[in-house]
Amino acid sequence: MRIDFTVNGRPQEADDVWEGESLLYVLRERLGLPGSKNACEQGECGSCTVRLDGVPVCSCLVAAGQAQGREVVTVEGLADHARQRACSTGARGTSLDEAKAWQPQGADSQTGEGTELSPIQQAFIDAGAVQCGFCTPGLLVAADEMLERNPSPSDADIREALSGNLCRCTGYEKIMDAVRLAAARQSEGV
Amino acid sequence: MPTNGVPTKITQGSGTRGGIGESTLRPDGTLKVTGEFAYSSDMWHEDMLWGQILRSTVAHAEIVSIDTGEALAVPGVYAVMTYDDLPAEVKHYGLEIQDTPVLAHGKVRHHGEPVAVVAADHPETARRAAAKIKVEYRELPVITDEASALAPDAVLVHENRDDHHAGHVPHPNVVHRQPIVRGDVAAARERADVIVEGEYTFGMQDQAFLGPESGLAVPEEDGGVHLYVATQWLHSDLRQIAPVLGLPEDKVRMTLAGVGGAFGGREDLSMQIHACLLALRTGKPVKIVYNRFESFFGHVHRHPAKLFYEHGATADGRLTHVKCRIVLDGGAYASASPAVVGNASSLGVGPYAVDDVDIEAVALYTNNPPCGAMRGFGAVQACFAYEAQMDRLAEKLGMDPVELRRRNAMEQGTLLPTGQAVDSPAPVAELLRRVKAMPMPPERQWESSEGADVRQLPGGLSNTTHGEGVVRGVGYAVGIKNVGFSEGFDDYSTARVRMEVVGGEPVATVHTAMAEVGQGGVTVHAQIARTELGVTQVTIHPADTRVGSAGSTSASRQTYVTGGAVKNACELVRAKVLELGRRRFGSHHPAWATAELLLEGGKVVTDGGEVLADLVDVLGEEAVEVEEEWRHRPTEPFDLRTGQGNGHVQYSFAAHRAVVEVDTELGLVKVIELACAQDVGKALNPLSVAGQIQGGTTQGLGVAVMEEIVVDPKTAKVRNPSFTDYLIPTILDTPTIPLDVLELADDHAPYGLRGIGEAPTLSSTPAVLAAIRDATGLPLTKTPVRPEHLTGTV
Amino acid sequence: MDFLRPASWEEALAAKAEHPAAVPIAGGTDVMVEINFDHRRPEYLMDLGRIGDLEEWEVGEESVRLGASVPYSKIMEHLRAELPGLALASHTVASPQIRNRGGVGGNLGTASPAGDAHPALLAAGAEVEAESVRGTRRIPIDAFYTGVKRNALEPDELIRAVHIKKADGPQQFSKVGTRNAMVIAVCAFGIALHPRTRTVRTGIGSAAPTPVRAQAAEEFLNAALEEGGFWDNGKIITPSVAKRFADLCAGACNPIDDVRGTASYRRHAVGVMARRTLTWTWESYRGARRTTQGAA
Repeated sequence: MRIDFTVNGRPQEADDVWEGESLLYVLRERLGLPGSKNACEQGECGSCTVRLDGVPVCSCLVAAGQAQGREVVTVEGLADHARQRACSTGARGTSLDEAKAWQPQGADSQTGEGTELSPIQQAFIDAGAVQCGFCTPGLLVAADEMLERNPSPSDADIREALSGNLCRCTGYEKIMDAVRLAAARQSEGV
Repeated sequence: MPTNGVPTKITQGSGTRGGIGESTLRPDGTLKVTGEFAYSSDMWHEDMLWGQILRSTVAHAEIVSIDTGEALAVPGVYAVMTYDDLPAEVKHYGLEIQDTPVLAHGKVRHHGEPVAVVAADHPETARRAAAKIKVEYRELPVITDEASALAPDAVLVHENRDDHHAGHVPHPNVVHRQPIVRGDVAAARERADVIVEGEYTFGMQDQAFLGPESGLAVPEEDGGVHLYVATQWLHSDLRQIAPVLGLPEDKVRMTLAGVGGAFGGREDLSMQIHACLLALRTGKPVKIVYNRFESFFGHVHRHPAKLFYEHGATADGRLTHVKCRIVLDGGAYASASPAVVGNASSLGVGPYAVDDVDIEAVALYTNNPPCGAMRGFGAVQACFAYEAQMDRLAEKLGMDPVELRRRNAMEQGTLLPTGQAVDSPAPVAELLRRVKAMPMPPERQWESSEGADVRQLPGGLSNTTHGEGVVRGVGYAVGIKNVGFSEGFDDYSTARVRMEVVGGEPVATVHTAMAEVGQGGVTVHAQIARTELGVTQVTIHPADTRVGSAGSTSASRQTYVTGGAVKNACELVRAKVLELGRRRFGSHHPAWATAELLLEGGKVVTDGGEVLADLVDVLGEEAVEVEEEWRHRPTEPFDLRTGQGNGHVQYSFAAHRAVVEVDTELGLVKVIELACAQDVGKALNPLSVAGQIQGGTTQGLGVAVMEEIVVDPKTAKVRNPSFTDYLIPTILDTPTIPLDVLELADDHAPYGLRGIGEAPTLSSTPAVLAAIRDATGLPLTKTPVRPEHLTGTV
Repeated sequence: MDFLRPASWEEALAAKAEHPAAVPIAGGTDVMVEINFDHRRPEYLMDLGRIGDLEEWEVGEESVRLGASVPYSKIMEHLRAELPGLALASHTVASPQIRNRGGVGGNLGTASPAGDAHPALLAAGAEVEAESVRGTRRIPIDAFYTGVKRNALEPDELIRAVHIKKADGPQQFSKVGTRNAMVIAVCAFGIALHPRTRTVRTGIGSAAPTPVRAQAAEEFLNAALEEGGFWDNGKIITPSVAKRFADLCAGACNPIDDVRGTASYRRHAVGVMARRTLTWTWESYRGARRTTQGAA
C-alpha cells in the first residue's frame, strides 16, 4: 500500500508498504530517518517515541497505514520543532526576532559545532545524559513534550513523564540533570 | 597506606584545554542527540537483503531432518542455508573453546539455537520463509542443574571434548573447575568463635542493552566481505569469523557500527557469521536485525549461580577462614565460562584479608541458555553471597556490619586467596567510612500536603500503598573486581596516532579498534591526545580492523589498556615531533638540547614554561605517525590444584549504602537512595566516571529486585524473552545515586587510573538485599527478590 | 494482509460484516505487538483511527458514554471526577506513550485478564455498546468476559463505546506489578462505593481466567454495612469486617502460577489491596459525609 504523511514538516510518501509494517519501520527503512530507535518493538522501552499529531507515541505500535495524512515529528525534526515553538510563544517575553536568533548556549563543547540543537538536545550533551545513546532520541522527544506542557516540573513529574523510556547505561541520574538543566535554561529564557 | 582520601598528585601536561581530568563532552554527542549517529541496526545499502535466523523450539534434541524446500520456493527468497551449506572445514566458533556450531549440526543444545538462515528481499518475506522450514526433532532429556549434569547416567552436553579444560575437570559436563586453597581451614575453624553458613542463589541476568544485535555484511569484489557490526572486540570477532567463511583474515574487513550498549553481551558472536555467509552466498549486501524476542536468545547471559559459604570469625570480629563452593551454570556452550570461574574463585572471599581459605568454583555445561560475560563477570555472584555472609556474621557477633567489614578490610599489601599481593591502594575501609558518612535521605519523602505521592512509594504509579505497611531499611556492601584480562592472557591494545597541520592548525588523529559501546572511550582518547600532544583538535578515526587489535571493551580495561596505548603512541609521536623540532630549530635556542620539553597549547614549551616554537612551524608539511602495541604487566595462570598465582593486574573497589522502603504486606520495594563511594585512581573524565558508576549501580539494583531470565526447569525453555516480562529498572525505580569519588593513584597504571565500569555493579545488589533484610527481618538468600519471597507466597 | 481504512463507523461495520476475521486496530498497543513479534498475521487489519467519534465522550445524567478509542491519558485528564476508578486505572496503564494511544475499547476487545480497565469497569458498573450491521446492543460488563482473552462480541460486531455509571461515591484502583512503572498487572483490584444504592462493587484483574467481581465479598460487605448502619453513622469500618471482606476477595480469585507471579501471591495481594482500597474509599466517604454535614 501507499502512505502519504508529513514528517518533520515535509510531505513524505512511501510506496509498496507491507500492511503489517509499523510507522517505525517506514521511518527507518523507507524514509531514511533511522533516528527513532528499534529497541523492543513492543511498546516497552520508548526508544521509538515520536510525536503523532503532537502526541508522544511509540511509533513501533502505530501501523504504518494509521499514519496516513497525519503529522509526525521525529528526533531529526526536534530542533526545528523547538525553534518554531520558541517563535510562537513570543508572549513569554521573547521577541520573534530574538527567538529566531536563538542559539544554544552553555556548551563548553568540542561537539556540535555548526549544528543547531533544541534546548533539550543541548542539555543532554552538556549534562552527560548520553552514553550509548540508543535511548536518547526517544527520551528527547518525550522530555521535550513534557517541558512544553510543564515548563517547571518537579523531580517526580520528570520521572513520571519519562517512565516509559528505558535507559540501560546511565542509571537515569544524568538524564534527570539534563531535563532540570533544560527547564532552568528555558525559564531563564536562554 | 594513603587512606586519608587525598588524591595522589599526578603531574602531567595541563596547559591544554580539554585534556585529562576535565569533563569534556562526547565527540559523538551531537550525532547521538540528532538521530544521525549510525547504529548497527541503521545500516542500509541499495539492493540489500534481510537475513532471518530459524531457531530451535526445543532445548535438547537430535535433529532428525531439515527440509528447506518450501522456504526456498517463496518468491523473494535468495538463499536458505543450514549446517550442510557451510563453506569451510571450520564450522564451529567460540571465545576460548570452539564448541559452538555456526548452525546446529545433528543436535540442538539449547532453546533458541540457530538451525538455519534465510535471506530475502523483505524482513517479512524472510520470516515467512523461515517459518516454512521443516525441522524434525527427537527430544533428549535436558540437563538443567548440577544434579542432572553430574548424575551417573547424565547425557553429555558435549561428547568427545578435547579442549584444554577437558583433562582436569571432574566430569565432561563441567566446563572448568578452579580450586583455590591457602592456609589450613580445618585448623582455622578451631579458632573460630562463631561460624555462619549460607546457601545463596543468583538468578540469570540479561545485559538488556537497548540496541539489538544487528549489522550489515557487504560482499566485496575480491571475494571478501565487509561487515559493519556492533561488537565489543572487532579482532576477536574477526578471528572467529574468517575461518568459518573459509577466507583469510585480510579478506574479512570489519568496521564498528554504532553500538547501542553491550555490558558483556556482545563479547560473543551473534549475527556476524550468518550475515557474512548469506552475503557471500547471494552476492548481495545482507542486513540482520534481531528483534527483542530474538535478542534474548541471541546473546549469552550472566551465569546464574548457587553459592555455598562458610565464614568463621573470632569474637572480636576477625575472619578466621572462608570456605565456599560456587556453582555457575554455563549453559549449552562455553563462551567465557572458564574466565568467569577464574574470577569467581579468585575474588570469592571479597575485599577482605583472610589467611585460611578453601574455595572451589565450577561452571557447568547444561541445556540452559549459554552464559558468559556480563559486567562484573563472576565477581558479581560471589559478592552477593560473601556480603550476605558478612551481615550474618555481624549479626551473630552482635557487631555493626560496617565495623565488621572495616576490621577485615583488605589493604595494600594484603594477600589474595591466590597468594598474590595487592600492590596498589585498596581503600576498602575508607570507602565504607565514606559511604556511611554520607547524609541519609529524609524519612517519608512521599508525604506531601496533598496526601501521599505514590510515585515515591513502593508500587509507584500502581497505587498500592499510601504508606501502609511501608518500612525503611538500610544496607551496606563493598566489592572487589579485577581490571583487565587475567590469568596470563596477553592483554594488549594498539593505537595509531598521527599528527599533522590541517587548515593551519595542528591536529592529532587517533585510530584504534576500540569498540565504543557508550562508555566514553572516544572522549577519553581525545583528552589523552590533547594532554600529551598539546593540541586542541583531535580526530577520532572510526574503529575498524585496519589497525591492530584494541582488545575487548570489557573487564573495565579499555581506558587502562587502549587509553594506555594511545598515551604511549602519543609519547612516541611527541618524541618524533620534538626530534623534528630539534632538526629544524635546535640551533635557535639552547633549551632545545638541554631542557625537558613539552607540547602545550599548540606549542613546544620548556618545563619552565618558555615557548620555543609553534607546532605548526615544527610540523610544516610533515605528518608524524606511530602505530604501536601496548600491554599491561603480565599476569600468570592460577595453579589448577591450588589456585595460587599472580593472576590479576589491577583491582577496582566500590562500596554502596542502600536505603529502601518496603511494603512489607505486598512485598514491593522502592529503593530510595543508592549511595556509592568508589576509588577510581584518577578520574580522566569526571562526568563519564559518574555516568559509569550510576549506570553500573542501577544494573545491580535491577538484579536485586526485578531482573531474571526465567528458565523452565522441566524443559529448559526460556519463559520471559521480552521486555514485558524481563523487567529492567525504569526512571521511577531508580533512586538518586549520590557519589563520593576517591582518586588514589595506582602507580602501575597510566595516569594512576583504575578501570571503573564494573565495580559498582558488584556491591549495589548485596547492599539492596541487605537493606531489604533490614526492613523485613527475612533471610533472603536469592536474588532477585520477588514479592513472593517477602510475603511467604512462593 | 489487507489494510482496511473505513472512513466512517458505517463503513467499519460493513467491512466487519464482510470480513468477520478482520482485526480492528485503534491504539495498536496490543495488535502491533503481536504483529511485530510474528504472533499474528490477520488477513485483514482494520484501522479505526479515522472514525473521529470513537475518540469522543459524553457525560450524561447517569453515565458517561466513553468512545471506544478515547485514550487513557484523556480519561485521566478529563474524567477524574466522573470516573475516578477508571481514571486511576488509566494512570497505571503501561507508559505515557501507551496511555496516549490505548483506550478502553482495546482492553475490552483483547479481554486479557490483565487489562487494567476491567476491574474499574466491573466496580463502577458498565455496559459495552456493541454494534454490527445487524444492530446495536448493550452488553452488561458482568456478562462481557467469557474466557481467557474471549469476550461476548459476535464476529461481526465492533465496540463503539462503553457506558459507565458516573461515580456516586469514592472509587479506588490498585495494581501490583514488580516494577514501579510500565508494568503488566500481576493482579489488580478495583472498588466503588455506591452510596445511593448503598452497595459496594468490586473488580479483580489478572487473578482468574477472566476479570471477575468478588460477589461474596460484596454481599458480605453490603450486609455488614447495612447491619451496622455504617452508611448513616459514617463510623470507621471495623477491622474484622475489613479483614473478612479482604479474605472473601482473595477467595474470589482463581489464579494461576506464571512467570509474573504465583497463584498464592496473587490471592494474598488481592486481599491486601481489597482491605486497603476499602479503607481509602470508606475514609473518603466519611470525609465527604462530614464535609456535607458540616456545610448543612
